[in-house]
Amino acid sequence: MVKVRCPECDKDLNIPDDAVDGEIVTCPDCGANYEVTHMDGKITLKPAESVGEDWGE
Amino acid sequence: MSMSMSMSMGDGGREKIRVGVIGASGYVGGELLRLLVTHPRVELAMVTSRQYAGEYVHRIHPGLRGFTEITFSPLDIDKLSSNCDLVFTAVPHGKAVEIVKRLYDTGVRVIDLSADYRIKDPEAYKYYYGWSHPYPDLLSKSVYGIPELHRDEIRNARLVSCPGCMAVTSLLALAPLAKHDLIDLDHIVVDSKIGSSGAGGKPSSGTHHAMRYGVVRPYKPVKHRHTAEIEQEMSIIAGRRVSVSMTPHAVNIVRGILCTNHAFLKRSTTIQELWRAYRGMYRNEPFVRLIRDTKGLYKYPDPKFVVGSNFCDVGFDIDERNNRVVALSASDNLMKGAAGSAVQCMNVMYGFNEAEGLLITPLTPV
Repeated sequence: MVKVRCPECDKDLNIPDDAVDGEIVTCPDCGANYEVTHMDGKITLKPAESVGEDWGE
Repeated sequence: MSMSMSMSMGDGGREKIRVGVIGASGYVGGELLRLLVTHPRVELAMVTSRQYAGEYVHRIHPGLRGFTEITFSPLDIDKLSSNCDLVFTAVPHGKAVEIVKRLYDTGVRVIDLSADYRIKDPEAYKYYYGWSHPYPDLLSKSVYGIPELHRDEIRNARLVSCPGCMAVTSLLALAPLAKHDLIDLDHIVVDSKIGSSGAGGKPSSGTHHAMRYGVVRPYKPVKHRHTAEIEQEMSIIAGRRVSVSMTPHAVNIVRGILCTNHAFLKRSTTIQELWRAYRGMYRNEPFVRLIRDTKGLYKYPDPKFVVGSNFCDVGFDIDERNNRVVALSASDNLMKGAAGSAVQCMNVMYGFNEAEGLLITPLTPV
């Protein structure tokens, strides 16, 4: 596992060693979705598109 | 003096301390016993109740049947101090003040769960409690029992005063905002909801089922006693006087507190900044969980999901239009709000693992 801080809530996320580019990971605390990307041999996370929830009337 | 432990060996050869509980027949006393009877580092030496002296504790706290055969004893300070390393006092406000003083003078360590030694300013006792504190010197020696705020002082304390249930719940949500100088310290509003067990075991017309069931009752819109503690601790964190307005409500649950704490941001602040402020303070805390989830049912703290546990769940959001931050916190008033905090303090005082005997998953659904 590789530890990467959640860009949203600062939680330490455990990213599998074999995570591939484009794989979606979700923060267990804040629920943010990220797309795994590899840059210069390091894992970075970029926000993944998701459909928003609308409870409004 | 009982600062050292009168060791007996428990399972696995680990040392145990001998513990007494005064006022063990009430709700808080019963919750303490629930935690202590299975605590691996505790031998329950003596539990007292004037009303039930001689009776098995499980006759009053039925859930403890099979866990202990100890019986209630009459209050005897000399016996308690000679038989115990540590004594918990779980008697009503105003009743503890003399008992704690007498225990303290014997040298035994004390964790008081009443309000009688929480507030440093003796004048506050006149204003909020309506009586003059007879031992102001002892107030200055008492350590306020929130390990998340006073861990180092608790470690060597001879007297720890556990916080009010709504005070600790509110403080854990507000503390990071004051610590990081994010809010206007003159305009903080604490809106609190609490279950019926918070009123204690002594019945009144207002606690009768017909009058209590289904209520959302504002019972002390101003001048609630826990205000003094919140202001005291926030002022320590902020390094200046902090003003807090508090209104609690009795609601239709048995256990649980929800504090909705409103404050106003001093400058434009992002959610990410708030996350960092809260993480910075609580990242390594075993009993503070940060809840601001975008997924699932449980997006913000809710007392329903902490019942039976020592967790205080903390969350937040920002009202950008009014520059308001809403800091939410939920706890079980008998656990983190009373007995759980007390046992957590005991663990700190004796160098035990701080979570020993307290890592209980919340009971769900309740």
